[in-house]
Amino acid sequence: MDIFLAVGFQVLSGIATLFITSLGLAIIFGMMRVINLAHGEFLMLGAYAAILSARAGLNIWLAMLVVAPLVVGVIGLIVERLIIRRLYGRMIDTMLATWGLSLALIGAVTMIFGNTVAGFSAPLGSFAIGGFTASAYALFLIFAAIFMLFGVWIVLRFTSAGLIARGTMQNAEMAAALGVAPERVYAVTFAAGSALSGLAGALIAPFSGVVPTMGTSYIAKAFITVITGGAAMLAGTFSASFLLGAVSTFGTFATTPVFGEVMMLAVAIVLLRLLPQGITGRFFRRAL
Amino acid sequence: MRSAFEIIAAIIVALAAMFMLPRILELFALINATVYVSMAVLALSLALVWGFGGILCFGQAAFFGLGGYAYAVAAINFADTTLAVPVALAVPALVAAALGYVMFFGRISDVYMGAITLTLTLILFNFVNSTAGDQWRIGAAPLGGFNGIPATPPLNFPGDPGNPLPPETIFLVAVFALLLCYILAKLTLRSRFGRICVAIRENERRAELLGYDVRFYKLGIFTLGAAMAGLAGMLFANCVFVSPTMFSLFYSGQIIIWVMVGGLGTLIGPVIGAILLNLLTTWAGTLPDINPSLILGVVLVLAVLMVPKGVLPSLTGGLGRLRPGSGAR
Repeated sequence: MDIFLAVGFQVLSGIATLFITSLGLAIIFGMMRVINLAHGEFLMLGAYAAILSARAGLNIWLAMLVVAPLVVGVIGLIVERLIIRRLYGRMIDTMLATWGLSLALIGAVTMIFGNTVAGFSAPLGSFAIGGFTASAYALFLIFAAIFMLFGVWIVLRFTSAGLIARGTMQNAEMAAALGVAPERVYAVTFAAGSALSGLAGALIAPFSGVVPTMGTSYIAKAFITVITGGAAMLAGTFSASFLLGAVSTFGTFATTPVFGEVMMLAVAIVLLRLLPQGITGRFFRRAL
Repeated sequence: MRSAFEIIAAIIVALAAMFMLPRILELFALINATVYVSMAVLALSLALVWGFGGILCFGQAAFFGLGGYAYAVAAINFADTTLAVPVALAVPALVAAALGYVMFFGRISDVYMGAITLTLTLILFNFVNSTAGDQWRIGAAPLGGFNGIPATPPLNFPGDPGNPLPPETIFLVAVFALLLCYILAKLTLRSRFGRICVAIRENERRAELLGYDVRFYKLGIFTLGAAMAGLAGMLFANCVFVSPTMFSLFYSGQIIIWVMVGGLGTLIGPVIGAILLNLLTTWAGTLPDINPSLILGVVLVLAVLMVPKGVLPSLTGGLGRLRPGSGAR
């Protein structure tokens, strides 16, 4: 019995990690139809922001939950202004430009901080599930994922900013005719998505370790999760991370971590063959 | 006419390179030059698939790596490289055919295609990285995991395994292969098949309404590009050795940068782009404080923002657009 609970807990934490690391990308893609291939580097920057401010003596929770999203949000604002804004409506070009940005950021951070693994150990210690111990920080990640899901949902569903954002997403010209400046909405959306990526990077840092190239191991998984999810960003990302996260964690238990990942990616390819518009292209169509 | 002229010019340049470079360069530089030539073949393969087939493949590195690994494994098992070369072309082509079937017959749109090709690269990268240890071997060839296969044998004279080619000759073979690929690509684009591929790139719906089975043509040019990338991998394996980095995102990204900077919708542009950018990164690698990734990334961002048509076509003042038959944008 205990082993089922322990495995179930691992599966949940795998799903939560996938969801957390995909959400920022999903929001930018869902709202703006922009694929930000520098997403992984935004995670990395968030992790660095957290670790550096924690080393400077800031409370670790403050560093992770406040400083990281703020710093990366501001970086996102700058990137939107300098690069993304010039490329609206040219999806492939944005992918290429953000890929270039991703390489440049890896290079720049390597030059500044060196190619070494920095890390901070998971706060909170561990707790027992029957005869097994589990990391309490993983439990915190699961709650963080739930909190982020509902937080974004509430903002989009119940606030006037969320209403404007959804309206612009559905029909930018109509929103402009009603007095909303779409460029400003896009800028805020991109900054918000970046801030969520920064938060995600800080949250996963205790488990993943912080290196300049840490983003590359998340970007493809996040990308495939968002694409598999389809048009509805929250429902899509949630259902896709649920499915893919579960496959990957079970695969990891059955074989090795690498094959868990391979199985997850293979499932995603098969899914896209069956549902070319992603999960929410067929199910939960009216969800957010 | 123009096309014939370009082919003749390419033959002259290739012959000059084959004659001059082995005399000028030292052995180390010559081996480096061979690596650049293999990269040029790789760039040419994506130039064909993306620039003329309109298929943005983020995973050209997957076919490059597959070609290299197929060559190494086959050469070790046969103890002769004569048959390993066709294997290096066939394996990526078959994988591309299977993957292309999933993508084109599933009518998946651009972004999703990018995601799937990227995913394939990642799967292979992770898989090959995890094949350390004795249980992972194909016949006599251990896959070697993270370390790759350092014992990748160099090409030998066809049918004479005891007689491996010296690096100078491998350079000649590489230049010759690049020339062949260029001519093959030119002729393909002149053919009925190539013209239809360009028509599909320009307007898929229209080509379909004219009665062409778009899926079939896309599959064709995708598979051809994969075989060419496999050849590039084989050449690369001859000068270095095969290792999982061949599948890495860094390579996938680089190929796209070469084509983008060299000029999408041209053939010679990406070849020149690959060679020049490789020289640039090698030079940047010797600078003490500059990371080559930073330079590559900045080059790509600037290329997309300022010269979306590619540097070379912009420099030649839009000459590419006037070329009949090349179908340049």
